[in-house]
Amino acid sequence: MKDFAALYGRLDQTTRTNAKVAALADYFRTAPDADKLWTVALFSGRRPRRTITATSLRDWAAERAGLPLWLFEESYGIVGDLSETIALILPPPSKDSDQPLSYWIARLRELSALPEPERKAGILDAWDSLPGSERFLFTKLLTGSFRVGVSQTLMTKALAQATDQPETEVAHRLMGDWTPETTTWARLLHEGEARDDSARPYPFYLAYQLEDPADLGDPADWFAERKWDGIRGQLILREGKHHLWSRGEDLITDRFPELARAIDWLPHGTVLDGEILAWDGDHPMTFNALQPRIGRKTVPKSLLTTAPVVLMTYDLLEQDGHDIRPVPFQDRRQRLEALLTGLPPEAPLRLSPPVPFATVDDLREERLRAREEGAEGLMLKRRSSPYGTGRKKGDWWKWKVDPLTIDAVMVYAQAGSGRRANLFTDFTFAVRNGNELVPFTKAYSGLTDAEFRQITAWVNKHTVQKFGPVRQVEPVQVFEIGFEGIQASPRHKSGVALRFPRMLRWRHDKPVNEIDTLDTLREILAAHG
Amino acid sequence: MNVLTFTDRGIYCPAGDFHIDPWRPVPRALLTHGHSDHARGGMDTYLSTDLAAPVIRHRLGPIRLDTIRYGEPRQIGGAKVSFHPAGHVPGSAQIRVEVGGEVWVVSGDYKVVDDGLSTPWEPVRCHAFISECTFGLPVFRWTPQEELRDQVNGWWAQNASEGRFSLLGAYSLGKAQRVMHLLDPSIGPILTHGAVEAVTQVLRDQGMPLPPTTRVTPDLDLKAHAGAMVIATPSALNSTWARKFGNASTAVASGWMALRGIRRRRGTDRGFVMSDHADWPGLNEAIRATGAEKVFVTHGYTAAFRRWLEEQGYDAGIVSTDYAGEEVLAHDEAPKDIIDEDAPGGAVA
Ligand SMILES: [Zn+2]
Repeated sequence: MKDFAALYGRLDQTTRTNAKVAALADYFRTAPDADKLWTVALFSGRRPRRTITATSLRDWAAERAGLPLWLFEESYGIVGDLSETIALILPPPSKDSDQPLSYWIARLRELSALPEPERKAGILDAWDSLPGSERFLFTKLLTGSFRVGVSQTLMTKALAQATDQPETEVAHRLMGDWTPETTTWARLLHEGEARDDSARPYPFYLAYQLEDPADLGDPADWFAERKWDGIRGQLILREGKHHLWSRGEDLITDRFPELARAIDWLPHGTVLDGEILAWDGDHPMTFNALQPRIGRKTVPKSLLTTAPVVLMTYDLLEQDGHDIRPVPFQDRRQRLEALLTGLPPEAPLRLSPPVPFATVDDLREERLRAREEGAEGLMLKRRSSPYGTGRKKGDWWKWKVDPLTIDAVMVYAQAGSGRRANLFTDFTFAVRNGNELVPFTKAYSGLTDAEFRQITAWVNKHTVQKFGPVRQVEPVQVFEIGFEGIQASPRHKSGVALRFPRMLRWRHDKPVNEIDTLDTLREILAAHG
Repeated sequence: MNVLTFTDRGIYCPAGDFHIDPWRPVPRALLTHGHSDHARGGMDTYLSTDLAAPVIRHRLGPIRLDTIRYGEPRQIGGAKVSFHPAGHVPGSAQIRVEVGGEVWVVSGDYKVVDDGLSTPWEPVRCHAFISECTFGLPVFRWTPQEELRDQVNGWWAQNASEGRFSLLGAYSLGKAQRVMHLLDPSIGPILTHGAVEAVTQVLRDQGMPLPPTTRVTPDLDLKAHAGAMVIATPSALNSTWARKFGNASTAVASGWMALRGIRRRRGTDRGFVMSDHADWPGLNEAIRATGAEKVFVTHGYTAAFRRWLEEQGYDAGIVSTDYAGEEVLAHDEAPKDIIDEDAPGGAVA
């Protein structure tokens, strides 16, 4: 655990990308294989599930530290992280352990299978054997909340350096449905070929946000299409089976059974990249229609009729069993068109239509039309580009429409957690309805750290009332709230729920009597809901 | 009658007609130490320890300041007063006030571990103890001094070997000198920000054992000092001043660095858990050692700490003061450079 804690420390201590990659590469060169495998798993979101309740852990830690529960809670409120609170309040360990990460993970699985008294004794003993950050990390694993600020791209880069392979190969190998129980370090990174597993997806290529299309250069080098507002998906047809992967690397085949029929029209050895959209027969339905299908493992029949899906297809990654990602986009696109042209309407596949343009001004106009087309912007792809790995600048750009906006006043504030534990970062906003203020959304991002500090100081001085961790504040501070979508919601007093609300600007210039009204919100709902 | 009362000007002794660390003008002020939230201008007369006096003069300019040695008894009106080491910063004191056989002690800011520079804290027996509790929650437990020494020097040596500057944020009175005292001068030269150097010079003139330091001036040849340790105020770390050190590694030394969230938000490469206030075990130990039955807690996590003390059988109360409290204060709003080194604002600035 010491090596792993040291790695975590190095990653935590720097914001510089190169230093992070170097720390990871050092670790991947020196740590034992079982630890490396677990580290890759943990850093790619494959963390062990929580098997012990947070309540038990809290009770045991408080008891061991000789503290009343209320004081534990009070401390937790300041620290903002359960595992960190536990690690900090426990007395220093009386033992020292040299066991590696994989030992502690195996240990926590063993313990979770034991009856309560033995389990508790085992965990107290583990806490008593691990100092500082090791204890914190072990507890993070126990609570199933281990996360680390390392992107998949950084880890891939470090693994490529440490194992002396191209990044694309490593990225491909890391994809798919493996866990440390089902594979080994050697099999995951060294043996055979990445494509040996027939369900394994290719790494997704991600676009960067475009600021100004004038930066693109010659318009003739570019292909434009709509940026669809659904779920990014990769559909794999191989060896008589189909597999559907989401961008978050979840296998979602069973959630969208409509796509099984793709096999009826397309040959095996085909891999498509596209957007899963709820489809009314001719047009995409709003993201709201897709929402009920996201959280479900199985789909009730009614949803299959009210919100049937298609794959709005925009790229071809594999054809006749060959990886064609290095082929220029223009050629891949032609092959994709050839493959999908002439399919009957019952096929669950659509070809994402091109958006023709000659000039940058044409693009600007098309972008403004995005909402009426049921899209959230434009995608721009360089005609000569291969299909890349991860988010890389240069060949794929997304150019989103401006968000919908509304001016609202802050009415409640709540402290953040973790990194922002002693700042007010979570706010509730209200619009006017006659003389009344109607809260309609929460938002907790969009301000700079300096602004969060400023608003925190203000909240401290202008609290009207405290409700536990929530402060009611004087309705004075006006913010421009941006959001991507809106839907009717009977659960909310305002009757609406927003999608991706965030603070766009702090309107120091605007007095509270000039904020928007509930009627404005209703108008936006009528136009965009 | 109470030995001390709590007024909107500060802690007051009716029998002696004086205030302790007042925040509004009064005729007679007794100061525990020179941090700006405890030592303010505008008082008619001042009394502090002889060791704290030079910094207080440096900060407040020409004032009528009388001095007293640790342990020296002095009768002020109907009160018998003495100052005792608080271990917070050089010269800092707890103030003992005795009236008619009843003894009350005002802790000022204090820590119970020996930092090697400040006269170490001593328990003072009393009936009532007025204690700060800046870090009055059980999550605060300080890294031992020896470990801190290894951490700071290890970080510096690593940077020096890469030819990078080590830029360390530490408050100019107390923390900066404590860091200097820990440093291994064989690693390289020590540079200082002007605000740090000014206070350091005052303490050096007093005979404090501080290593040689060089103030960073516009004409200083930085290339000749590559790999140096640079001690600056925490606010200077984010200023344009800091940019001249190029690709420096940055760190902050503060008790708040015990919390990962605050450490990360501060955005420096390293956070050393180093405080001049008492940690949770320190507060509990100190209060026990006074033998007091009555405890008043001032700035910090007062509500929680009072409740804890009551459950431990103390008669506990909260005194609200103008000393740096738990509320987050953006550093740029802090009144002067020498603010209390561990005020939360310092950590989040
Ligand atoms: Zn102080």
